[in-house]
Amino acid sequence: MTTARTWAVALTGLEGALVEVEADLSNQTPEFRIIGLPDKALGEAVQRVHNASANCGLALPRRRLTVNLSPASVPKHGSAFDVAIAIASLATAGGMDAASIAETVHIGELGLDGRLRPVPGVLPAVMAAAREGHRRIIVPSANEAEASLVSGVEVIGAISLADVARRHGADVEDLQLEPVPAPPAAEIRHSPAELADVIGQRDAVEALITAAAGGHHMLMSGPPGAGKTMLASRLPGILPALDDAAALEVAAIRSLAGDPVAALVRRPPLEAPHHSASIAALVGGGSRIVRPGAIARASHGVLFLDEVGEFAPSVLDALRQPLETGAITIHRSGVAASFPASFQLILATNPCPCGNYGVRGANCVCPPMAIRRYLGRLSGPLLDRVDIELGLSRVAVAHASLLADETITTDAAAARVAEARARAAHRLRDTAWRLNARVSGPWLREGPLALAPVVRRPIDAALQRGSLTLRGYDRVLRVAWTLSDLAGRASPTVHDIGRALFMKKGVTT
Amino acid sequence: MAAKDVLGRAGEDRAARYLRSLGYTVLDRNWRIRDGEIDLVVARPGELVVVEVKTRRGDGFGHPLEAVDSRKQHRLWRLAFAWVAAHPDDAQGRRLRLDAVAITGPDADTATLEHIQDLR
Repeated sequence: MTTARTWAVALTGLEGALVEVEADLSNQTPEFRIIGLPDKALGEAVQRVHNASANCGLALPRRRLTVNLSPASVPKHGSAFDVAIAIASLATAGGMDAASIAETVHIGELGLDGRLRPVPGVLPAVMAAAREGHRRIIVPSANEAEASLVSGVEVIGAISLADVARRHGADVEDLQLEPVPAPPAAEIRHSPAELADVIGQRDAVEALITAAAGGHHMLMSGPPGAGKTMLASRLPGILPALDDAAALEVAAIRSLAGDPVAALVRRPPLEAPHHSASIAALVGGGSRIVRPGAIARASHGVLFLDEVGEFAPSVLDALRQPLETGAITIHRSGVAASFPASFQLILATNPCPCGNYGVRGANCVCPPMAIRRYLGRLSGPLLDRVDIELGLSRVAVAHASLLADETITTDAAAARVAEARARAAHRLRDTAWRLNARVSGPWLREGPLALAPVVRRPIDAALQRGSLTLRGYDRVLRVAWTLSDLAGRASPTVHDIGRALFMKKGVTT
Repeated sequence: MAAKDVLGRAGEDRAARYLRSLGYTVLDRNWRIRDGEIDLVVARPGELVVVEVKTRRGDGFGHPLEAVDSRKQHRLWRLAFAWVAAHPDDAQGRRLRLDAVAITGPDADTATLEHIQDLR
């Protein structure tokens, strides 16, 4: 036999494309080349395959080997093709079960000693293979737990190249190598924080629950120490747990970003990029390989931008497209990768550069122009996508101890959120939406559930005065619906509209 | 003569015997000019073959054929054309080809012989 073929997966963003790896042995002086748009790391597979085979007691044929990665026009990156290349090359000389090789997908990087090393992006790769109908996948043993999260495929964790070859019927001795260990699982960066720790901020906690129930984006403005970060870090705890599909997508993005994934995490992710973040850090990028950015990692969870006034305006405006479409598409030379980006946005800012503007008993030292410029950095189009604007003040010590018994626990809040979401989903069952924040404006205003003029009066008046844009009008309606869902009412009352209007206009600028 | 040259010589003898058994006539051996040396030139009706013979005691330092890389092949082609220019009568009406013969083993007479035709 002079040709052999097997399968590997090329990743572009989260999209996996099955790549047929075919090796041809021709009767020429020894040479080993890989064609089909390999990048530098993939081109170096030649050396790794060479040494790994030798150190596993497997002999590569001493003739010209040509390995083609087909479709040849799809760009391929990284070292995850090593195992497929090695197995196809070794199989050209015979001695292995060609049928078994041809129906197996191989993913993994080779060490020079022949052991299989873990690679990033195993989860999306296995998902792609399963979707294309492949039933058997061999991955590095360190990635076995991650790959096994995909159901409907047989996942085999292999320790070494000899291990893989033996599975395909090669006659090699078992070297008894130690498996390459998986990188230690990242500690859960945001330990489940308890909402009851937030003391004396009843309004803020209610606003947070409203945001969670309706999926509304929120802006918090308040002096340092008012508890903005504390509140934001408690949001994932009161959001409903992720379902299978969402948890798998979150894990796939984690895997692609190079984080170890061993189990599905049901808790929505929280991403809090620093305000010096660049556009590429936020939306994702890279020169040829497209890596997910903070907003992709925050998908199905929360994106928290602290000190939002310090972010570069261009960075903030990059959020507008994903906020609107729930996805982010990144274009690089020759590739366009799409990531999910349906996150809930939480913005936090100080009222002015010194943080004391509008705070009772504190002296703001900022000149008026500085204050205006500070909040002016938040562009109108971005603020227009924020449903809830919350003004926070510092909690007085006396207040703190007095109101301690009025706190609400994370579990209780989560239950209220779940109930309100269920009510909204039931009401919206005939539509494409499940969350109040996603419902379209015209449907709210003129759809079957349009509110009576009596109820609408406060916002109709605000619209006529010009203090509310039509988009702002829709946002108030959405928050009002969420408030009525939380209260268990069939539809919003004037009171709900009034509170929603207050939440929209809560930040004095 | 150094040991490696003895081995190389024995390998070339073995290769010549082998090629004769295939029906080739040896036209020239160790043809040397300033640019280098051709180990064997053999011919059959319609074929003119320049043969590079590589002999190694074992493959501890790589397979003998691995030494015939693209640089060496270029040089062999240049030498082949030089030989043709020097022997126009022998080359007349024959198609020129480059072959490699690898002999791996301590004793050239019993070692493994591999023959690759038409290097490209």
